[in-house]
Amino acid sequence: MTEGKQKKKRTIPGFGLTMGFTLLYLSIIVLIPLSMVFLNTFSMGFQDFWATITEPRVVASYKLSFLSALTAAFVNAVFGVLIAWVLTRYEFPGKRIIDGLVDLPFALPTAVAGITLTTLYSPNGWIGQFFNFKIAFTPTGIIIALIFIGLPFVVRMVQPVLENIEKGMEEASASLGANRMQTFIKIIFPELIPAILTGFALSFARALGEYGSVVFIAGNMPFKTEISPLIIMTKLEQYDYEGATAVAAVMLIITFIILFTINILQWWTGKRYSGK
Amino acid sequence: MKKLMILTSLILAFGVLAGCNSEKTEGDGTSKPVELLNVSYDPTRELYQEFNEAFVKHWKEESGQDVSIQQSHGGSGKQGRAVIDGLEADVVTLALAYDIDAIYEASNLLAEDWQKRLPENSTPYTSTIVFLVKKDNPKDIKDWDDLIKKDVSVITPNPKTSGGARWNYLAAWAYAEKKFDSDETKVKDFMKKLYQNVEVLDSGARGATTTFVERGIGDVLIAWENEAYLTLEEFGDDKYEIVNPSISILAEPPVAVVDKVAEKKGTKEVAEAYLEYLYSDAGQEIAAKNFYRPRDEKILAKYEDQFANIDMVTVDDTFGGWKKAQETHFNDGGTFDEIYQPQ
Repeated sequence: MTEGKQKKKRTIPGFGLTMGFTLLYLSIIVLIPLSMVFLNTFSMGFQDFWATITEPRVVASYKLSFLSALTAAFVNAVFGVLIAWVLTRYEFPGKRIIDGLVDLPFALPTAVAGITLTTLYSPNGWIGQFFNFKIAFTPTGIIIALIFIGLPFVVRMVQPVLENIEKGMEEASASLGANRMQTFIKIIFPELIPAILTGFALSFARALGEYGSVVFIAGNMPFKTEISPLIIMTKLEQYDYEGATAVAAVMLIITFIILFTINILQWWTGKRYSGK
Repeated sequence: MKKLMILTSLILAFGVLAGCNSEKTEGDGTSKPVELLNVSYDPTRELYQEFNEAFVKHWKEESGQDVSIQQSHGGSGKQGRAVIDGLEADVVTLALAYDIDAIYEASNLLAEDWQKRLPENSTPYTSTIVFLVKKDNPKDIKDWDDLIKKDVSVITPNPKTSGGARWNYLAAWAYAEKKFDSDETKVKDFMKKLYQNVEVLDSGARGATTTFVERGIGDVLIAWENEAYLTLEEFGDDKYEIVNPSISILAEPPVAVVDKVAEKKGTKEVAEAYLEYLYSDAGQEIAAKNFYRPRDEKILAKYEDQFANIDMVTVDDTFGGWKKAQETHFNDGGTFDEIYQPQ
């Protein structure tokens, strides 16, 4: 993910061929399906399009979807680093098992995750019963589901970077009189930033499009807990393909802007701290 | 060793291909085995498992031909879209006529008057909408009126995504219309109060049942009659009971042969026989056993203690058909959206 770091003369030939293949492959897998979304939208005329995407209910769903996805990605960025730290820096029995557990949210069908989480957090559930406010069927429940499915991204991004930080750097910093905190903030953390940002971006993007696990725990109340993917589904249910793609197109554009911003940040931090 | 592996996989691959080829049917009337795909909605799973076995036997006796039936289940609207997008269903058995109409409109795979081709509006079995409450009915719920009380929490799925939920909504509407003598403002007010008592709008009928039964949320579940009986069967009638409202709706889940697909596959004859068999005594018995109301008077009488006598309206008489009902109530900007407009 950290491309553009090295501005050396290319030593390996074949740039034209590989670049051509990359573009072709990306077109077939990503660009053509996505362009279908926009083509479908163009068939409805601007007025209908605008009316569809500015409907109060749709706007409320955008707010909910983006805010809950960002919150979940942020929580994952903090705790994902913590987990990665523990997994790389300490030896303890059962480490392998815990390491394997991190990937579980990827392997679990989202519907199963949704039903399980709802059972746990519903007012009479194992965890839900200890709280005097509702968790399932509120935005809090949505965020919990999104944290669950996005956790592996940050952990798996940060882990290899932590493993590769040379001990020598930390020793040098300690011998120059820095305490543990200073070493972390000035030496280790800057190295991690690009990986954390990537993990954050992936976790956010995944959370935004998540439908399967969220519909079970959301409660799907109009204006309160309706996520954008559900709005898209309700439009499809009315055989309103154009309306569905209009809502999807707006989500895509906003997502692209956010991901692009994160990429720029990454590139900038990478340049700034790597000193290359 | 490696050579052997490659050889084996090649042989296997050809074997599979050959197998696929030998299953091709060559039009009707041959005794070559034939395969049907029945695309259906969620709660019919158990019904068609039993019915398919019976039909396979019946068809073998009738024509000597082996038939195997593939089932596909899911939300009714989603299933309809799959057929439009090219899922090759020989027959569709969906939750509402609107979904089969949509197949005609979007893809012309069957005729516009598909619903007239089989008896009784092409619905061999019917169902209705009832209430499921906790044992001994602690909130004393007897009718639709009781659902708008302040302290009653109602569970029903989202009419935007669930076929069953649309029947629920229309049944409630029909009650309010009768009560308020078709005064639209009062009817909408009633519906508003009803949906204010809804805590969770699940995306499908099964999901709503799960919310009510497994999570213990809500005091009353508005449900398909067959789904309510299945719940009693599964969780015991010492935990839940069924309440029959004074008015409900006759839910007609229709069936149809998808002509163009069946013609292409050469399965038309067997597909038609398959649907007709639903109307036979054996088919009607199986429907009744799975808590669907049989159309056949004799068999309905036989199961009369299972099916309460409820005053039922129909979509055609009260709402002017499914197309109109969908436009008025469930499409964007319809009455269901109106209920949720923030004041």
